[in-house]
Amino acid sequence: MEKILFIAHTQSDGTLPNVAREALSAAVDLSKKLPGSSFVAGIIGQEANQAADSIASCGAAGFLSVTGAEFAVSRYATDAAAVEALVRQTGATLVVAPTTSRFSRALPGVVQRVQGRIETHISGMDIVEGSLQIQRWYYRQRMVATLTRAQRPWFLVIDGGVFPAWQGEPGSANAENVAVQLAADTLRTQVIGVQAPSTNTQTIRPEAEVLFVAGAGWTKKQADGQLHLKDAEELILGFLKNCNASLGSSKSLVDQSVEGEAVLPFMSHLNQVGQTGSTPRHPKGLATCCHGEEPHAVGWRFINERRAINTDANCGWAQGKADVLYVADAFQVMAKVNELLAQ
Amino acid sequence: MNGGFHIVVCGSIVPDPLQTLAPIEGPTGPALKNELMLPAVLDPWAGHALYEAANLAKNVPDSKVWLVSLGPKAKLQQLMMSIAQKVSFELVVLDGPAGGFTDPCEVAAALAGGINGIAGLDRSRLLLFGGCSSASRDAGVTMQMVAEQLGIGDQFLGVDELTIQADGSMKLLERIEGGQYQVSTCTGAPAMLAWATGNLPEPPNNPQIGMMNMRTVMPALQKAQPAPVGAAGVSYLGVELPKQRRETRIVKDLSVDEVAREIVEWLKG
Repeated sequence: MEKILFIAHTQSDGTLPNVAREALSAAVDLSKKLPGSSFVAGIIGQEANQAADSIASCGAAGFLSVTGAEFAVSRYATDAAAVEALVRQTGATLVVAPTTSRFSRALPGVVQRVQGRIETHISGMDIVEGSLQIQRWYYRQRMVATLTRAQRPWFLVIDGGVFPAWQGEPGSANAENVAVQLAADTLRTQVIGVQAPSTNTQTIRPEAEVLFVAGAGWTKKQADGQLHLKDAEELILGFLKNCNASLGSSKSLVDQSVEGEAVLPFMSHLNQVGQTGSTPRHPKGLATCCHGEEPHAVGWRFINERRAINTDANCGWAQGKADVLYVADAFQVMAKVNELLAQ
Repeated sequence: MNGGFHIVVCGSIVPDPLQTLAPIEGPTGPALKNELMLPAVLDPWAGHALYEAANLAKNVPDSKVWLVSLGPKAKLQQLMMSIAQKVSFELVVLDGPAGGFTDPCEVAAALAGGINGIAGLDRSRLLLFGGCSSASRDAGVTMQMVAEQLGIGDQFLGVDELTIQADGSMKLLERIEGGQYQVSTCTGAPAMLAWATGNLPEPPNNPQIGMMNMRTVMPALQKAQPAPVGAAGVSYLGVELPKQRRETRIVKDLSVDEVAREIVEWLKG
């Protein structure tokens, strides 16, 4: 009989991130489908009552918390100690957690400590004949595997956008605090704060409806034989503003900055999608001036509706990857799109 | 800390991203079709870690770089023909599978064992480097497990920048949500840094570095320890390529205004 532990950490305002509520949906679903299983929730943060109360009606039999100033920030040593304490306290066999940068750093070390196993980037779960099966992608979203495991505790780290965010009435969770003894060298790492990338424009918006992908074509000579970087910058930033879109980039475009070529100043490696970049989830994607095929298409695996603007009708995007390929000059089209969006 | 850093980089091979990959059922579980024939490259994020390590060692006197690679010996030998010309390092080879379907716990145990066997490694000066995720398994967990086994309690994931400050402490930028960085300081080694892309370009080939490295690379390949990692306890029930192929509508004959209007309608729809 499985003992399910859902774990989450608070944000700086004391609430749970949306991706945690999505993972909670997965945990609740598991507890309903696994007969005889038990289900407990654990929250980590400076203060956990607000977050625990917000999910009080999720069906968990109990709520635990690890709280204190040391647990307010994202740091390996303290986060690992907190999660380890929750796992040991509950004797959990299945640990369900959201994919956040904080847990992605801390959970593997905890798995090592408790001699468990871990699956990350889970994109699906099911119970078949009483056995838990999970789905995850391999080789950077090129192939998907369904697997199950014998070892316990099994840590299941759920990707964002896979499950609906849990919705329910808040209540009084009465979370029980779990004491954690921190070793003397736990605080060798100090968190200074958060900073935006050197590009002083916020261009990455995970919750955006649209992902706009810019390719290296924006920085190449255009029909008049000239570079039009300033125009490209205005058009792209204009679209991001008008559409509240998130910005992605091909590898070749962001690599130009370290290779000393002409660059778009607001673009960094953080924008990169594909093999060595991210694989974001957005309902719609619009690609412009991109010529990559498989490596780049990998970055679009989880984009539902995809359109592209390109001057090459034989572009790799046309080979079954985009829904619509507009053979047109992206500079002209985006200028008109921005004009229409601004009306 | 006396002296420079002892930087151990974990990195292995992955199929060239331009190759078409297809899964097959192998004797011990899922594998790639023609896996041993596929052209291989250094795992991209591990490559960034290696270049950052070499740059750090160049700037901090008395530092040294080791590259610990788990993979088929013959494939690693091929890889060394290019990588060994780029930066200086001492190679440690663990002869085993490099595919994505192995278990990261077993891989981490093999890597930790290999690192423990490095003669002259000073743990108090150790910086453990690697990629934040592989391009094969893409789990993003192996480096943390290796570090945990080595007793390293300061770990950083998705690092893009490391600065050694005047007092010897480290300042780090780690990727977090929303395209932002978390800024942290750490009092110094030992620490684990799982790199994202960093800030350095791929170094050009330098035949002199290649000749220097080859003095240690070939003996390292010859005395490679077998590392038969697998995926004990895992039952793969199926591995498949995504079937979805889109019927792309190619629009050639619309004016700019018409294209823009159609896109805006779609965006607002």
